[in-house]
Amino acid sequence: MVYLENIGRYFIMLREVFSRATKWPMLKNLILKDIDDLIYGSLGIIIFISFFIGGVVSIQTALNINNPLIPKYLVGFTTRQSVILEFAPTFTSIIMAGKVGSYITSSIGTMRVTEQIDALEVMGINSLNYLVLPKIVALMLYPFVIAIAMYMGILGGWMAAVFGGYSTSAQFIQGLQIDFNTFHVIYAFLKTIVFAFLLATIPSFYGYYMKGGALEVGKASTSSFVWTSVAIIIANYLLTQLLLG
Amino acid sequence: MIKVENIHKSFGSTQVLNGISSCFDKGKTNLIIGQSGSGKTVFLKCLLGLFQPDQGRIIYNNQDYSEMDEDQQTQLRQEMGMVFQGSALFDSMTVIENVMFPLRMFTNLTREEMKDRAAMVLQRVNLVDADNKLPSEISGGMQKRVAIARAIVNQPKYLFCDEPNSGLDPKTAIVIDNLIQEITKEYDITTVINTHDMNSVMEIGEKILFLKDGLKAWEGTNEEIFRTDNKTVTDFVYSSDLFKKVREVYLKK
Repeated sequence: MVYLENIGRYFIMLREVFSRATKWPMLKNLILKDIDDLIYGSLGIIIFISFFIGGVVSIQTALNINNPLIPKYLVGFTTRQSVILEFAPTFTSIIMAGKVGSYITSSIGTMRVTEQIDALEVMGINSLNYLVLPKIVALMLYPFVIAIAMYMGILGGWMAAVFGGYSTSAQFIQGLQIDFNTFHVIYAFLKTIVFAFLLATIPSFYGYYMKGGALEVGKASTSSFVWTSVAIIIANYLLTQLLLG
Repeated sequence: MIKVENIHKSFGSTQVLNGISSCFDKGKTNLIIGQSGSGKTVFLKCLLGLFQPDQGRIIYNNQDYSEMDEDQQTQLRQEMGMVFQGSALFDSMTVIENVMFPLRMFTNLTREEMKDRAAMVLQRVNLVDADNKLPSEISGGMQKRVAIARAIVNQPKYLFCDEPNSGLDPKTAIVIDNLIQEITKEYDITTVINTHDMNSVMEIGEKILFLKDGLKAWEGTNEEIFRTDNKTVTDFVYSSDLFKKVREVYLKK
């Protein structure tokens, strides 16, 4: 019953987020601040993880190709497909659920604990619109982060394959170009937009409706990470079935 | 003026407010006192519109809150200033940005005009040279001053304070009390203060509402509270020997 109640409250929250808008000059500043905190602030970790994940995918593929009849360009092909279809959009989003999600939950949760949200409400401000909408808008730039993650993942794969001696640069690039389907990139960006929405709203929900003190802020951050990850994985399955199935 | 008629509020099976009626006059400091759990905070939140009463009416200058549409309620809230117990300053903003916040949200003033007005209000609450500091960089007393400045910067008609003295040393507490009273007179606003502090009761309680177990147990002024023989009130207000002696001296006079 609690799960159903939370799902209901989540959708009621979404309705409130898109009603009684904050003044544009104020909203613009909040959006820019959230772009800085959520997008720009995450680039470093995304680049680092994507680069090494791409490298590992490349090495794992190369090591599992024992049959001499299987062409070496398959290393590049597999790296491209893995990174574009799953590792960049989904794996990165799970990491972002931990980094960005817990940041959103703890910052909104702390505002709840210290009565800053009450202060907004008393002033007649729609606190949900003020706090959550800028995060949703900022995270609509998330596909750009994923594009960088794709690029870095493939670059990491190329470096691991070439400098590790698993394939030549030409073979790897041939693999990257073979059977390239543009829709796979579109599919990846489409699901990234859905993940971005989940990344902005589920942690906000856990922060906004938390009760208690500092300890509960920590618990809310943990719950937010767990449920954002669950939602991303379910959405990933559904979108894959819908768009590729 | 705020008129409260027969307010009831419960959470689940717990009845928190049980038919409270009162009237808070304009230009006066109205105090709500009572033990922890007596319903003071819930009552204040009902006045602020953060909680909807289950029964009863709250009337702000002849306008019933429950009969207002959403726009009117939002408009009314913009006429309210609130000083929270923990100040509730926005910790990502500097002192001046905190004070300018209501102006940025609800006025079309230029940035310079907003800065001037915020600086004027900060000067009024005797806070200088703190404009660019973050709330975490100033003392509790200074944070309270900033909270008061933020509450009055948009010239509200109603000022609400929840335990404005909590966590402050006695000297600063008196300064904050006097500041609130001065501002109430100067701006001619209706001020409602939720407090535990008996110094505040004696000093600035022009009207005192005493709550016990969600009921109005007593109502009067700070002069009347010395003379009352209501045992519930005297047990609470004169629980310390010091205040008992203060009362004895006052009554002898």
